[in-house]
Amino acid sequence: MATVSVPKSSEETTTQPSTITLRIKRSNPSESTEKTFSEFQVPVQKWTTVLEAILYVKQNLDHSVGVRYSCRQASCGSCGMKINGKPALACYTKLSELGTSIVTVEPMNNFPIIRDLAVNFEQLISNHKKIKPFIVREDSEITPGTKEFIQKPEDLEKFLQFSYCIKCGLCNSACPTMATDTSFLGPQALAQAFRYTADNRDQGKDERLKIVDDSHGIWRCHFAGSCSHVCPKGVDPAMAIQLLRGYLLGFRK
Amino acid sequence: MAERLSNREGIKGMANPTRYGIERVAYWLQRLSGLGLLAYLIGHIYETSSIVNGKIAWDKMLALTQTTEGHLILTIVIGMCVFHTGNGIRVMLGHGGVGVGRPGQPEYPYKAASLNYKQRLCIWVSIALAALAMMYGYSILMGE
Repeated sequence: MATVSVPKSSEETTTQPSTITLRIKRSNPSESTEKTFSEFQVPVQKWTTVLEAILYVKQNLDHSVGVRYSCRQASCGSCGMKINGKPALACYTKLSELGTSIVTVEPMNNFPIIRDLAVNFEQLISNHKKIKPFIVREDSEITPGTKEFIQKPEDLEKFLQFSYCIKCGLCNSACPTMATDTSFLGPQALAQAFRYTADNRDQGKDERLKIVDDSHGIWRCHFAGSCSHVCPKGVDPAMAIQLLRGYLLGFRK
Repeated sequence: MAERLSNREGIKGMANPTRYGIERVAYWLQRLSGLGLLAYLIGHIYETSSIVNGKIAWDKMLALTQTTEGHLILTIVIGMCVFHTGNGIRVMLGHGGVGVGRPGQPEYPYKAASLNYKQRLCIWVSIALAALAMMYGYSILMGE
């Protein structure tokens, strides 16, 4: 049986904030300023996230730091950045988990920089739209006389995992092909192509396979797995891409 | 300028194997060994083509490979060949969706099913086989 005891004194429960050095990469391409690092001393508790540290800097030390964020709970996909060299969500990464007294934050790679830590998602969104991220079929559930499209739990399981994508762009930032190929669709778009292709309500498989069957499409993925390594939602784009390729290679129908 | 603004990592980022686990190391080794084998193929064609210049030219070219440096290069070629084959089979099967896991409800802390122990085991086995083949090849070449 679990025992819960009251702390003996207030001293034991008080955690003294320690201090870390937060290095923020600064740049403003619209003014062609050189990339530099600004360093700030930030007090942290064990639950302080990287985003909270950046917001502390904005509030108290330098309000000009450029950062994009919204939900603060890994749902909106706005605060993706490189933290100590790896792409991660700032709101989802605790400073105490990093285990270093110096934390470096940089804008995500493979995306144009707007300013400082904020990057442009134009290519990510346009590639996402290219693969027709919606159910393709002639009829609709709201058409009079049409019955509800029945879907069993096992049908749902085939794509549910991939529908958790929040379009944060971390997978595209980690992908080695995205690092060199400017026209590559990217793991985000390819995983979403599988999400809709695997949906048994969808009838747009052939259309979607034609889009991804391109020299800058699915064949450029070499299964390095870095996308799945950094995905904060467990979407596993690497698996989705390999399963999607199974359709083109005749392993799946 | 445009490339600088796009903040792409480029070849330097693509070739950095240190940040994303053993799968990225395998990706890097696969590329490296592929390029190495391509270089070996070109060198091999150049070497064997010297036979058309007569016996003296052929013997001279062959003597180059019978040195310690030549044996070391051949040992590396054996390693590249074995790793590229072993890991290549893993990647090809993976490309067809074999051994990459099944879609399911992701549970925190979200371990990717495609980066499973079977994949990692295949990578380590490929590395181990390459090392063994290199040791065997080196002993044979040096024992000549």
